[in-house]
Amino acid sequence: MVELRYLPNVTTLDFDVDKCTGCGMCAAVCPHAVFEVENGEARIADRDACMECGACQRNCPAAAIAVESGVGCATFVIMQAVQGDKASCCCSGDSSDCAPGC
Amino acid sequence: MSTPWGEVRRVSTTLQTSDRLSAWKARWGIGRMRYRVEPGLVAVGRPTAESPVLVSANYKMSFDRLRSQLDGQDAWILVLETYGVNVWCAAGKGTFGTDEIVRRVEAAQLQRVVSHRTLIVPQLGASGVAAHEVKQRSGFRVAYGPVRAEDLPAFLDAGMQATAEMRRVRFPLGDRTALIPMELVGAAKYVLLAAAAMFLLAGLGAGGYSAARLPGVGVWSAVLLLAAAVGSIVLTPVLLPWLPGRALSVKGTWLGLAFLPFVAGAAWFRPEAFSGWPTVAAWCLLVPAVASFLAMNFTGATTYTSLSGVRREMALAVPIQAVCAVAGVVLWLVGRFV
Repeated sequence: MVELRYLPNVTTLDFDVDKCTGCGMCAAVCPHAVFEVENGEARIADRDACMECGACQRNCPAAAIAVESGVGCATFVIMQAVQGDKASCCCSGDSSDCAPGC
Repeated sequence: MSTPWGEVRRVSTTLQTSDRLSAWKARWGIGRMRYRVEPGLVAVGRPTAESPVLVSANYKMSFDRLRSQLDGQDAWILVLETYGVNVWCAAGKGTFGTDEIVRRVEAAQLQRVVSHRTLIVPQLGASGVAAHEVKQRSGFRVAYGPVRAEDLPAFLDAGMQATAEMRRVRFPLGDRTALIPMELVGAAKYVLLAAAAMFLLAGLGAGGYSAARLPGVGVWSAVLLLAAAVGSIVLTPVLLPWLPGRALSVKGTWLGLAFLPFVAGAAWFRPEAFSGWPTVAAWCLLVPAVASFLAMNFTGATTYTSLSGVRREMALAVPIQAVCAVAGVVLWLVGRFV
């Protein structure tokens, strides 16, 4: 199958190798194999595959990873422009029984 | 089933026709808000204190997918309150998160139910769950399971080891097409409104407004707009890997351009509805603009688009789509009077 790739050179992914302990969590949680761990240290193997989901940042116990995570959804960006803070990324429309602040 | 800590719901690993029917309806956005499972601890098979604990969202499709893969296993499922939202979306929103896991572990008194201290969390929950924090606050370590429930039996057999492929999210044809109904339902309101507007505006012409123009130009304009919209919504997911360009707005533009020969065909067979160059030019602008916009809105359903990338493509695409759409509408209105 033709590999699906998105825009290059846009990700806000930031990795501080000096803080890295080589635990391997980033490589385990990443849905697109952005990270590789070798010789007790992680490195970014495929930067442009990053979709900014934030799983790596959230699971790095050494706080070595930062990323501006968000939902890559054009409709949400439009809703934010129109509704401001009231915009929700939920596709279900009916928000009568959703988590507070969702 | 009865446990020393009270009754625990027991679920089967077999999906009934009613389960598959409600899954189909959920794909169309029907009854989605009721399509959920009660949070809490659930038993599969005859779990004991040594049986694994698998964490799930309370979106019924997530739960059903999980339990249907546990045939012949004895396991506990800890269902989180995600308000009927699937694992990945809920994780992004924070509801499938550290706080909720800790809360449910405590509520179920899990430390008394099982002798081990491991929670198997679906990998896509990781954007909402900090494994080291869960360990700190609940005493349970998080082992991230595979992305897809189908890989769970192999994962468990290998002693909770995942292969690299189990940890990758792909976007195959079946997954892409499953999203089409919801995309159609979501766009229906706006598309039908636009089609209705075009239908009514088609009464305009030299000498004022005449309803006699509606069955011809009116109907054909509405039909063409609907065809372009539905065609884009259906074909963008299907043809995604093969449409040129990486930005979805670009892929949509190519799709829209590919529709133009059909527009030309329609003009050939119904010249009265497409008379004059302003009308033809209008459709040459409107169809790609609509296709580009609708394809761009598919970004929310993909498994690989980043927010930064979406913002980057929108910065260029939206102004171009808007200009072409406005120019197209203006030319089409001009075409009423020519």
